Amino acid sequence: MSPILVQVIVGGLLLGAVYALFSSGLTLIWGMMNIVNFAHGDFVMLGMYVAFVVWTLFGVGPVLAMPIAALVLATLGIVVYFALVRSIMKGPMLAQILGTFGLALLLRYAAFWWFGANFLSLPENIVGGTFDVWGIRIQASRLLAGAVALLVTGGLHLLLTRTQLGSKMLAVAEDPAAAQLMGIRPDTMQAIAWAIAAGVTGIAGALIATFFYIVPTVGETLGIVAFVTVSLGGFGSVPGALVAGLLIGVIESLSAYWIGAVYKDIVVYSLFLCFLWFRPQGLMGKS
Amino acid sequence: MRRLLWSSVALALAIAYPLLFSTPFQQRLGALVLLYAIAASAWNIVGGYAGQVSVGHVVFFGCGAYAAMGVYAHFALSPLVGIPVGIIASVAISAVVGVPTLRLSGHYFSMATIAVAELVRLIVTNTDYLGAGVGLSGPTVPRNLFDLSFISALPYYYLFLAVLLATLGITWWMAGSRMGFYLRAIRDSERAARSLGAPASRIKLYAFMLSAGLTSVAGALYATMFGFVDPESGLGILISVKMLIMAALGGAGLLFGPLVGAAILVPLEEISNNLLGGKGAGLTFVVYGAIIVLIARFQPGGILTLIKRVWARRGRPAQPAAVAGASHAP
Repeated sequence: MSPILVQVIVGGLLLGAVYALFSSGLTLIWGMMNIVNFAHGDFVMLGMYVAFVVWTLFGVGPVLAMPIAALVLATLGIVVYFALVRSIMKGPMLAQILGTFGLALLLRYAAFWWFGANFLSLPENIVGGTFDVWGIRIQASRLLAGAVALLVTGGLHLLLTRTQLGSKMLAVAEDPAAAQLMGIRPDTMQAIAWAIAAGVTGIAGALIATFFYIVPTVGETLGIVAFVTVSLGGFGSVPGALVAGLLIGVIESLSAYWIGAVYKDIVVYSLFLCFLWFRPQGLMGKS
Repeated sequence: MRRLLWSSVALALAIAYPLLFSTPFQQRLGALVLLYAIAASAWNIVGGYAGQVSVGHVVFFGCGAYAAMGVYAHFALSPLVGIPVGIIASVAISAVVGVPTLRLSGHYFSMATIAVAELVRLIVTNTDYLGAGVGLSGPTVPRNLFDLSFISALPYYYLFLAVLLATLGITWWMAGSRMGFYLRAIRDSERAARSLGAPASRIKLYAFMLSAGLTSVAGALYATMFGFVDPESGLGILISVKMLIMAALGGAGLLFGPLVGAAILVPLEEISNNLLGGKGAGLTFVVYGAIIVLIARFQPGGILTLIKRVWARRGRPAQPAAVAGASHAP
């Protein structure tokens, strides 16, 4: 393989790790309470704006922006759960879709109103410049983003599978009524799930902001990327989201390299539709 | 009988509106309310009656808009010719997209329709024949009456009123037909409807196609009135969202729900844009979003359902509280 192709694939993998990170939040909520958060991409967008505000206020990069964005978004997640999601979950389908969709509009245009429609960005070398490894050029910001995203996604998987909290959440996902009889509060567990799911989007947003432009409508594209990742990886599966995220990152990079940058979204959306139409349980899901 | 009386009064008011409120702003506002009411009523067939929440209806809207401008730009024909072209194109697209997509239920259907809409927008944005990012324009100077290019909003108002009446008539006829009963059964429980022998897939597809055709008429009329279409005004996801929220605010699955929703939201948007200028665009959609969240949270049935319930309660003041609380007392 030519070095340039390797570089494209490595770039795709690093981006894909970030996709996997915020998609794992979507898949967690989906798997646990069977509700789709149409505002998920806009949560990531808010994380990006938090990173921008942190930089303008303190002049500090993602080291400080990540924890702050995670906290802000986790708080938002809890508020959204108690104020909106808890009641629409029991409502009709139209209410479920309208609820989070309305939230998406609200967040997107609140950002538009507050920050304006201009493309904002963090300084290019906020994490460091680019460096060469065996003839492959890698941006430090993308490397950091990929590495942190892999770590956090892995940590989330461990949290869900190896800890008591994870077992409790799994119990609520299986059967809230039975879990309640065992002394687990479904409300609390679901609120924690929303906090985690929104918190990881905050981290992802702070990471993406180091190498991507910040604009209110960026959440629309990222939201669809999350849907694609989750549908590809199987609904409710964090490892599935990881594999699918990496795969989509590579597919996107390769199609941008081979066909042209404008067509990369077309490729990803078509892929998404094919999956929904022909294999709705995902790559690794059971039929 | 009383329904007929109310309907005639409403119709008379609708016909008299542009004569009573005759400034250009008010006439334009009236025309826009009717236009969005047409689109939202078309959405209502599949989103309200059938309960399939499509967020991709802008594709059909765009079909109509691009057909109306396309026949002028490429063949110098009247945009009117584009209406049947748009209907044929959108019914064909809805059939092709509908067969695999309507098998999905609930959230999955909504997600798939978003992806279809974004896909179509991206493809059109990169297609030179359809004007790419710039879009297509209609006649700058009307050559004859059939170009439907008027300075005043008055002719558009009556044209849209006629089309809205036709749309509502079709919806009303459909709702009372066998198909309407099937659709409501499918909305309440598709599995139960199937097990009782309702041909769910076929009926949903018919509803989707009918809805698509009517939506494209709204798109064609929109493009004709504004004289141009580009990917943002013809295929932006916000147009789907407007159809959806107007129907839901008024009452999804009710004949006059979309009209009520349009009559509230279109003036809200126009007036706030007028007052706040460019800065208002963002704020308007913040309000839109907040309204959607509030409807979903507190009143998923929409305003008309709420009014009906209050009305029913008021009609029986002598009922004991316990019975009134049981709501469905005969």
